[in-house]
Amino acid sequence: MINIEIDGKRIETENGSTVIEAAHQAGISIPHFCYHKKLSIAASCRMCLVQVEKAPKPLPACATPVTEGMKVFTHSEQAVKAQKGVMEFLLVNHPLDCPICDQGGECMLQDMSVGYGGGASRYHEEKRTVLAKDIGPLVSAEEMSRCINCTRCVRFGQEVAGQMELGQAFRGEHAEIMSFVSGTVDSELSGNMIDLCPVGALTSKPFRYKARSWELSRRRSVSAHDSLGSGLAVHTKNNHVLRVTPIENEEINECWLSDKDRFACEGLNSPERLTKPMIKQDGKWQEVEWQTALEYAANGLRHIASGAGAEQIGALATANSTLEELYLLQKLMRGLGSDNVDFRLRQADFSADGKQQGAPWLGMPIADISRLDSVLIVGSFLRKDHPLFASRIRQAVKKGAQANIIHSVDDDLLMKVANKAIVAPDALVTALSQVAQALDAEKNGKAQTASAEAVAIAKSLSGGGCVAVLLGNFAQQHPQAAQLQALAQQIAAATNGKFGFLGEAANSVGGYLAQATPGSKGMNAAAMLAAPRKAYVLLNVEAELDTANPQQALAAMQAADMVIAMSAYRHHATNYADVLLPIAPYTETSGTFVSAEGRVQSFKGAVKPLGEARPAWKVLRVLGNLLKLSGFDQDTSEAVRDEAIGGMDIAAQLSNASQATDQPAIPTPQSSGMQRVSDVPIYATDAVVRRSAPLQATADAAVPRVWMHGSELQKLGVKDGDMVRVVQGLGGVTLAVAADDKLPQGVVRVANGHAATAVLGAMFGTISVERA
Amino acid sequence: MLSDQIQAKIDRELRKYPADQKQSAVMAALRFVQDEKGWIAPEDMADIAAYLGMAQMAVYEVATFYHMYKLKPMGEYTLTVCTNLSCQLGGVNETLLHLKNKLGIGLGEITTDGKFGLREGECMGACVDAPMFTINNKKLCGRLTGEKIDQILAELGSGDKK
Repeated sequence: MINIEIDGKRIETENGSTVIEAAHQAGISIPHFCYHKKLSIAASCRMCLVQVEKAPKPLPACATPVTEGMKVFTHSEQAVKAQKGVMEFLLVNHPLDCPICDQGGECMLQDMSVGYGGGASRYHEEKRTVLAKDIGPLVSAEEMSRCINCTRCVRFGQEVAGQMELGQAFRGEHAEIMSFVSGTVDSELSGNMIDLCPVGALTSKPFRYKARSWELSRRRSVSAHDSLGSGLAVHTKNNHVLRVTPIENEEINECWLSDKDRFACEGLNSPERLTKPMIKQDGKWQEVEWQTALEYAANGLRHIASGAGAEQIGALATANSTLEELYLLQKLMRGLGSDNVDFRLRQADFSADGKQQGAPWLGMPIADISRLDSVLIVGSFLRKDHPLFASRIRQAVKKGAQANIIHSVDDDLLMKVANKAIVAPDALVTALSQVAQALDAEKNGKAQTASAEAVAIAKSLSGGGCVAVLLGNFAQQHPQAAQLQALAQQIAAATNGKFGFLGEAANSVGGYLAQATPGSKGMNAAAMLAAPRKAYVLLNVEAELDTANPQQALAAMQAADMVIAMSAYRHHATNYADVLLPIAPYTETSGTFVSAEGRVQSFKGAVKPLGEARPAWKVLRVLGNLLKLSGFDQDTSEAVRDEAIGGMDIAAQLSNASQATDQPAIPTPQSSGMQRVSDVPIYATDAVVRRSAPLQATADAAVPRVWMHGSELQKLGVKDGDMVRVVQGLGGVTLAVAADDKLPQGVVRVANGHAATAVLGAMFGTISVERA
Repeated sequence: MLSDQIQAKIDRELRKYPADQKQSAVMAALRFVQDEKGWIAPEDMADIAAYLGMAQMAVYEVATFYHMYKLKPMGEYTLTVCTNLSCQLGGVNETLLHLKNKLGIGLGEITTDGKFGLREGECMGACVDAPMFTINNKKLCGRLTGEKIDQILAELGSGDKK
């Protein structure tokens, strides 16, 4: 520790910290633009100049390390003179367009010029102009003349997002921030550049000119998309959600937000929103009163329960539903006498059910990821499925951690990968078991018989320190998920490491706590769709997009006598449902999400429900009352939450341990035909993001292509860009083909969850490709 | 694609730097491309980025920072005329006027046959020979007079108006 004095205040600070860090620690503010605690030091704006005793001239506080006995004056005459001088220079070329600037009211330059700027400018020459850039549908770079060249956006790309898409081209007076040959900024974290930009150069394109910052009310909320549980500040005006910004929490999302969390809110006001209850009579949809619709639904359910039997009713919900909704849904089903309820719609292997000792979770706090020394990530489209988990792992790798990958695709993770084994889906279990085998051989001093990659991964994991094995969405959706889980558990035990699941959605842990899983008598999501039920209750589900096997799911829906769809949107359910109940998305209802690390986060509605939409927990409660079931008299969502998890020791409920056999039998890969590998594209994961126009305009939301190894294209006699027909079961679709030589042979990568591929079958399994 | 010759040259350059700092060779790589093609196109920068394992934008930053990299075709022979103080005093305005008349082009332009390009440059550190220009950044020509310029242009090919 080092003792210094800032403005007469004695401060003890860590050796190696800078003056600005020490000052912030002590609550002393130093004006700055280019400095940001999460980014490297540029010292390019010079706004943080301070006076240091015995130094001949002012020093930049952001780039001056503290030394013992240092005396710093942040507001002395010399310091303020220097700061004012810098401010005058910064304003020389800055346009005086605050009245029409979106940043007005939340602009660092505006705030700082109040404190340090002159009343009038001494500069009378022409200001420099910088041409507008089009860098994509999310971030606006329309007024680059406002840029003060702090390079925060450039450093963010390089250091946090992992890809340098923006840079500072040219020099001196001609320097400007731009992308390479007018390319777009495609990072899944690009929206953070808007927050980082201290002026109005980079602003939010969807939010442009919608409102002034002081007209907005801010409401605290929680992200309803991935399993990180990012804190959101939902900005509203006139009962409309206009934008979303991050709420800083070092233990969760730090100060970042993924583009999905930030721009999904554009889907909330989509014209597709369902605003009135509807029922289908004689094949025609009619808008009806809530009472009519609910009675219709209740009568239908009662009729089927008493006629065909309650086990003919199945309930499916997405893992983006709140804890309260999931809890009441399962309570309703169990009240009716059916045990068929599930939220794991994209899962294929349920053999761990009943053997699982708790709710599968991350296995450690999110913050611990930053402290890992070695990590094995199995089956994860990490960057797209979990943008901020990926960023945390990227930071850990920069500090020396080793990332090891076992997966069926080899997408660029924008970080150094120590070892990887890229194998076809049916060889994934074998690949993981080889690592377990290698670890065993290493421990017992036996000769290594495993593959070279497996030995290298085992070596990396057995190096000691903090070790983790993380299973991604792909591993959880895999047809041998339980075996992958058992092997991961075994590897973690052998390396004294943690083992966990990168949950798929906001409530992937909460669904278990809400008991929205079938009991021993019930049917799981896959079983309910494989053996069609007479009636389905759908909560937030779009059958052809949210399930592991869209073909099968749609067939089951069409065959059902009654489908009750609770949805915020009018979607494809109009083809197969009988009742559409408009429910409120996450900004219009109160609720709770339990994140991957088991953090229970409740939130309030930010705005009133649109039209006649109502929070789903209220709808379910009324349905319960209409069906004369007991225990449906909660007045608030908090009461539902307390009933579901009140007094529960959450930590004790979380466990990845499974009683499954410790040494799972390894199936021999059967190679008959091509195997499908499917990701769920980042902007196709749930109903809200699918309707966010700006997100749908990004490169990540482009129509899926059929990816295959170059040699497979040659075998087919097609070339990159040609159209091919992919067929699975009864359905087929014609899509453009693309070569990816990093894919294993015999593998076809086609996305799931996208309307273009909704006619296909299971996410895993055989698929055929032919020339179109 | 970078030609074999350029790749060989870059490989030789890379031996000067640690294996994990390949981007150190970016300036040399840009120079090799310019020497071969006369200028550096965005595609070349992308190729260099891929070859050196760095971001395309990072190559672009370097290429645009330095004046001597040519980002558009500047003729087979690019004449860079110093217009700094010593050359001004040495009469560079007449030199420029002579060149403009002789070649029929202004600064930043190239002759229609693509033979000559004319651009403005900064001090070349040889003020004793003012006024001066360089040919393709390599050959320094000083103490310029009308006759001397005509002679240099004649040696390079034709100096007559097109």
